[in-house]
Amino acid sequence: MKIESLDHFHEAFAQLAKRLPGAELPWLRAVRRSAFDQFNALGLPTTRHEDWKYTNVSVIGKRPWHFASQRTDRPGLIDGSDVQGIVDELALDPAGHRLVFVNGLHAPRLSKVNGLPHGVFVGSLARALREMPQRLQGTIAAQTYADGFTALSTAFLTDGFAVVLPPGEVIDQPLHMLFLTDEGGLAVQPFNVVLAGARSGCVIVEHFVGLGGDAYWTNAVTRIVADEQADVQHYRLQQEGSKAFHIASVAAAQQRASCFTSHAFAFGAALSRTGIGTSLNAANAQATLNGLYFVGGRQHVDHHTRIDHAAPHCTSREYYRGVLDGAARGVFNGRIIVHRDAQKTDTHQANHNLLLSRDAEVDTKPQLEIYADDVKCTHGATVGQLDENQLFYLRARGVEEHTAWALLTYAFARDIVERVRIDSLRGRLESLLLARTPEGERIRELL
Amino acid sequence: MLEISRLQVGVDGKKILRGIDLSVKAGEVHAIMGPNGSGKSTLAHALAGREDCVVTGGAVVYLGRDLLALAPEERAHEGLFLAFQYPVEIPGVSNVYLLKAALNAQRRHRGEPELDAMEFLQLVKDRMTLMRMDESLLYRAVNEGFSGGEKKRNEILQMAVLQPRLAILDETDSGLDIDALQIVAQGVNSLRSPDRAIVLITHYQRLLDYVVPDRVHVLANGWIVKSGSRELALELERQGYGWIEDGALQSVSAAGAEHP
Repeated sequence: MKIESLDHFHEAFAQLAKRLPGAELPWLRAVRRSAFDQFNALGLPTTRHEDWKYTNVSVIGKRPWHFASQRTDRPGLIDGSDVQGIVDELALDPAGHRLVFVNGLHAPRLSKVNGLPHGVFVGSLARALREMPQRLQGTIAAQTYADGFTALSTAFLTDGFAVVLPPGEVIDQPLHMLFLTDEGGLAVQPFNVVLAGARSGCVIVEHFVGLGGDAYWTNAVTRIVADEQADVQHYRLQQEGSKAFHIASVAAAQQRASCFTSHAFAFGAALSRTGIGTSLNAANAQATLNGLYFVGGRQHVDHHTRIDHAAPHCTSREYYRGVLDGAARGVFNGRIIVHRDAQKTDTHQANHNLLLSRDAEVDTKPQLEIYADDVKCTHGATVGQLDENQLFYLRARGVEEHTAWALLTYAFARDIVERVRIDSLRGRLESLLLARTPEGERIRELL
Repeated sequence: MLEISRLQVGVDGKKILRGIDLSVKAGEVHAIMGPNGSGKSTLAHALAGREDCVVTGGAVVYLGRDLLALAPEERAHEGLFLAFQYPVEIPGVSNVYLLKAALNAQRRHRGEPELDAMEFLQLVKDRMTLMRMDESLLYRAVNEGFSGGEKKRNEILQMAVLQPRLAILDETDSGLDIDALQIVAQGVNSLRSPDRAIVLITHYQRLLDYVVPDRVHVLANGWIVKSGSRELALELERQGYGWIEDGALQSVSAAGAEHP
C-alpha cells in the first residue's frame, strides 16, 4: 500500500536526479540517493506519528505532483512582464537586496544583490554548489531526517538561497528571499543554507507568496549555522495561495554566545506545517522564537518548535500567538529539551490563542523535558475568546461592539508584530493584520 | 434627567438590587453611599449596560428614553459615562487611540464632524494638564502598568474629554492619596454645569469634602434606605453604617408586607 502510493515520487526521482543541480558532485549524488532511500523508508508522516497527530497530510501523498516546472518554454516566468510589477509591490525596500525564486527557480532578472563586502556570498544555492561546493557539503551531508518531508526535500534539492558570511562580516540590510509560486501541481522544494561565521551577522526574510488559485506544494528546508558570537535574525512570512500546501523545516545550530532570532508569520495556505528548531550547542548562546498565525475559513496551520539546550548558561525565549476564525484549525507544539549538562539554562515559553468563532479549534502543547537540575524554565499556554471586561469597557466608552471586537483582535495579534525590528516589514505586517480584521480600515484611520 | 423606578437587578441568579427608586435632575450631584456588598457597583454597571447585570424588574428613563433598551455604546453616545471602580487594562490599545475612537464614535452618532488630528490632540492635552497627567501616558496601552492612582485619573481624563451629560463615578476615590483625590475632585468639579448631572458612588464621605453633593442616598441590601442632604454623609462618617443597616432590615420586611 505504502510503496504504491509513493510510486510517482520514485518515477520523478529516477527521471530528475541526473538533471538536478550539483549532479556532477559525487558527494551530493550520494546524499540525494541516501535521502531518497530514507524517504522511501519513512514515507510521509501519518496521524499515527505523535508529532503529526493533529495534522493529516495524507492528501499531499495522494496527488501526482511534478517536481520540476513544466513551463520549459518560459522557465521562471509568470505572465512575462507582469511579474516585475508583482515583485516591485512585494519588495520590502526597492533599493534593498533580494533574491527572487519563481516556481522554485532562481530568477536573476528579478533579483538584486549589490555592494556586498568581498568574501560574502549571497546567491542561489545552485550557484553556490558550482562556486563553493565544499563549503556546503558539511551542512547538506550531515543532516538527519526527522520525517519524510525533509528527506524528500534533500533528495530533490533544486534551488534556494545560500548566505555565507566570513568571520566578522555584518550585513545590516535585510536580505529579502522571495518565493513566488503559481504553477498548479508543482512541488517546489527550496533548500536554503545560512552559514554565519564568527561575529558575523545578517537579517533574512524568507517570504512565500502564492499567485493565482491553483494547488501547489512548497516543501522548504532552511539550515542555519551560527558560529561564535554570530547574530542571525530569521524572518518567515508565509502567504501561500489558498489551495497551497506549505511544509517547512528551519533548523539552526548555535555556537558560543551566538544569537538566533526567528519570527514566523503564517497567514496563507490551505494546510501549513512549520517546524522551527535550534540547538544551543555552546555556552551563552541565545535564541528567541516568535510567531503569529492568523487564519480563517478551513485553513489548517501547525507550528512545531524545538529548542535544544545542550550547553550551560544559555537563554531562550519563545512567544507565539494565534488567531483562528471560521472553521480554522491550529496546532502549536513547543518542545524544549534541557540536556543534562545544560545548567543555568533560562527559558520561557508562551503560546496564546484567540478563537474568533465557535467552529475554530486549536491544540496547544508545551513540551518541556528537563534533565538538568539548576535551571529556570517557565511556560504558559492559553486558548480563549476576547475578554468580556475589555469589550464592555470599550463599549461603555462608545466604541461600537464590532469595532471593539476588531480592535481587541488587532491588538492581540500586533503584540507579535511589534517585536519585528525591520520597519518596512513591520508596516507590511500591520497592513496584513488590518486586511484580515473586519473594520480594519476604521482602525487604520485611528492609528 | 435620570428616573429610576423600582429597579431590580440580579447577578448570577442572585438578587442584588431589590427595587431602587432614584431621581436625578440636570445640574445636580448625587452621592450614593453604602457598605460593601450593598449593590452600589451593580447599580452603576446596570446603568452602563453590563450584560451580566440582569434587570428583572423596574424601569430607567434617561433624557426621556428607555435606557434599558439601549446597548452600552448607545448609552455612551447619549452622554452616559461610567468611571470604573476597576479600570480595565487593554494591552495593545493605546490610551490616545481609545480616546479618539470613543470621541469620534460619539461625535458621529450626534451628527457632528470628527475632530481632525490637531484639534483632537489639543483637546486631550488641555484635559491632561487639568488632570496633571504626563503626556507619555497617552501613548501607553490603556491602563496597562498604570498605578492605582493613574488608572483613576485616566478615568476622569476620559470623562473630561468625552464631556458626558450624566457621569456615574464608581468609587473613583478609593485607593487615592490626598493629592490624587484633590486632582480627581477638581476634574469632577470642572464638569459641573446646569445641564449635566453627576452620581458619585462612594464608600467614604471624604470625596464629598471636595465635590459637595446636593443629595446623599444610602444603599443597603439592595434598597435605598435613606436619602438626605450633605449632612447625612457626615452622620454616616460619625456613626458608621450599622444604624442604617438595622433600618434597612425593617424596610425589607415592610416592603415584603406590602408586596407579598
